[in-house]
Amino acid sequence: MKNKFSKIIIFGFVISFLSIFWLGLKKDNSYNTKDLIGGKITNFQLRSIYNSDLITEENLKKNQFTLINFFASWCAPCRLEHKYLVKLVNQKKNIKILGINFKDKKNNAKTFLNELGDPYYFVAEDTDGKASILFGIYGIPESILIDKELTVIKKIIGPIDQEKLEEIFRLIK
Amino acid sequence: MLSNIGSILILSVLSLSLLIIYNSYLDLKNNNQLIKKSIYSLSLFQITFTILSFFTLIVGFIYSDFSIINVYENSHSEKPLFYKIAGSWGNHEGSLLLWINILVLFSYLFLIFNHKHNKKFRLYTLIFQNFLILGFIIFLLINSNPFSSIYPVPLDGLGLNPILQDPALAIHPPLLYIGFVGCSIYFSAAIASMLSEYSGKQFALAIKSWVQISWVFQTLGITVGSIWAYYELGWGGFWFWDPVENASLLPWFAISALMHSVMVLEKRNTLYEWVIILCLLTFILSVTGTFLVRSGILNSVHTFANDPSRGLYILLFLSLMVFTSLIIFFKKRKKEIYSFKSSSKETFILANNWFMVFFLATVLIGTIYPIFLDVITGAKVSVGPPFYNTVIIPLVIPFLLLMTFGPQSSWIKSKKKTLYKTFYILLGAFIINSTLFYFFGSFGFYSNLILITATFLILHSVIDAKKSIKNRKTFEYPRIISHLGFGMLVFFIGINHHHSIETDFNLKVGETKILYGYELFFENITIEPNKNYKSIIGDFKITDLKKNYTQYLNPEIRVYTNPETLTYEAAIKSKISSDLYLTMSNVTRSDFYNIKFQNKPFMIWIWISAFTIALGGFVQLILKKNEK
Repeated sequence: MKNKFSKIIIFGFVISFLSIFWLGLKKDNSYNTKDLIGGKITNFQLRSIYNSDLITEENLKKNQFTLINFFASWCAPCRLEHKYLVKLVNQKKNIKILGINFKDKKNNAKTFLNELGDPYYFVAEDTDGKASILFGIYGIPESILIDKELTVIKKIIGPIDQEKLEEIFRLIK
Repeated sequence: MLSNIGSILILSVLSLSLLIIYNSYLDLKNNNQLIKKSIYSLSLFQITFTILSFFTLIVGFIYSDFSIINVYENSHSEKPLFYKIAGSWGNHEGSLLLWINILVLFSYLFLIFNHKHNKKFRLYTLIFQNFLILGFIIFLLINSNPFSSIYPVPLDGLGLNPILQDPALAIHPPLLYIGFVGCSIYFSAAIASMLSEYSGKQFALAIKSWVQISWVFQTLGITVGSIWAYYELGWGGFWFWDPVENASLLPWFAISALMHSVMVLEKRNTLYEWVIILCLLTFILSVTGTFLVRSGILNSVHTFANDPSRGLYILLFLSLMVFTSLIIFFKKRKKEIYSFKSSSKETFILANNWFMVFFLATVLIGTIYPIFLDVITGAKVSVGPPFYNTVIIPLVIPFLLLMTFGPQSSWIKSKKKTLYKTFYILLGAFIINSTLFYFFGSFGFYSNLILITATFLILHSVIDAKKSIKNRKTFEYPRIISHLGFGMLVFFIGINHHHSIETDFNLKVGETKILYGYELFFENITIEPNKNYKSIIGDFKITDLKKNYTQYLNPEIRVYTNPETLTYEAAIKSKISSDLYLTMSNVTRSDFYNIKFQNKPFMIWIWISAFTIALGGFVQLILKKNEK
């Protein structure tokens, strides 16, 4: 009896393992952000890189649109996209950009912004990268566009270029 | 032309496999004590044709025969000869052919070297090994044929992924494959043993050398892979708990457990059932690893080789293997009575096995948990170093202690006295450690314990070595060498982990940066054309301010033309005591370069330790040969 039971357990175990592998194979493995869009940004609290000011999700409700941009001074494509961020805040008044400084040193980040311009209305630090991961970030640069109700409208993976900038323009019209 | 020759050779190997299975099956019923001559000849033809087919592929690569799709996709006429040759196994199709070569090679060697053993057992092993060969040849033919041709013939090839153009990587897959695919022979032998009821000590003797050979190659293969990651990937580490690294570690844990328990089976004629389980598990895990890596179900540095349709086939094959072995196992299992004295060597070896199984389970869970979660909830997660460190590190301490104590005990029952003596040494070590921790507390409690237990193992191994040289107990050498290597490995990883300096910053040509007692001066940038890439080389002058000692490091950015890719070559100055490690990457649209500077103590010793572990197994093989 005991023997039979252990057989069933082992076979069950093996079968479930193999079928999970099989299901895993059928799944689309490429990263997509479909699930994120329409979702809401939930509680977070981050500290500024300049002083001890804090920012929370409540703060974002005051903006008509917010673009949460994840960047670092060591990230080459971030440099590339930076001028488009500057362009965005200069041309549109209904959007604010929250910068989240991913796994970076504060001083390097400050130098970066001094050099290239600061399009952010708030720059938050995320030294160990944990907060960014909670936002669903898997590499930088990435940006999340949200509205007043904190609903995610669009997620941009990789650097923002002219084409993506125009898309943002359309979305926040 | 070559493509036709290759395909014909593969088809001949396939038919020879069928013939071997058929003839062996007929011979099983024959009462003659010897295996029929014809089976030997068929096997000899099989191995010859297999090796020829691989040579055909290599020739295709050397002469850049782009009518073969595989050569077109993975080679280029301007590639250096060495990488043309290495390119033949640096891709999925070619490596599968190498895999088949090793399956056939082990099948042949097992047949001719084990002539003292039972005929039925040998024939069953041959039959099952050929079933494995058949399975992989069918996979090769229907899904991954390296000899598929293309028309019209392209003018030039696409080139080999530049990060694979590295000497360490040229030898890494063959080593690892001998290690992993070598396990197939005792998988077949385990099934044969159950069917032919050729068990116990005789079975242990039949598989022991094969276990050791594949263990040595697995250890070497994993080490070389790690060296490649350190020198080539430019991340400044040697182990990342990447799914693919884990996939190679899983069978290694199983085989290390097997290598120990096979000794118990040989000396004490017990643990037979467990040895069979480990034999089956080792190869099943090797194939599982291959599945995880090749199917693309997990994302990692090895994603160059994924394709879900391949995954499906490997999964099918894997399921077939698992169910066959489980069914035979449950049908043929016999109850064993275990009677171990608690302080005997067999108890300690069994304890080693528990630990190995625990490590195996941890790494297995960490590796496949993301797949489970993805399938069940759709969430994407990755399991990183914190998980492995938290779970594994505390257990390394008792593990190291057992490695020290275990060999001191003797078979069946040991004298209490010797055990007490070692226990006192340990108690002393523990007191020293606690005092050190209390006063300095610099490493954290666990790290301190690990360093002390590792030192304990090293010291004990050295004392043991002295004793066994004096008493001429050569049979103890392999164990002492491997255990010493393991102690050193843990010790140096511990030191390296705690004393590494790692920093990154941006720098322009002509600028100087001072950090951690080093002065870095970015002197110049030079551009050098090479055969198949262009290098951007940075000249850095690095001065150790404490010792007033200057050296030059030249990290490179390589711009490959075929295919067009950037790779970052780290500049590494290895010394006995530490490595200086510098990588440089370009920052787009600026004069700055991103510099990553690291000082890593005892890096070379980590490789030396890993090689020492493998050396133990190698020495054992040599000793065994001399015995005969």
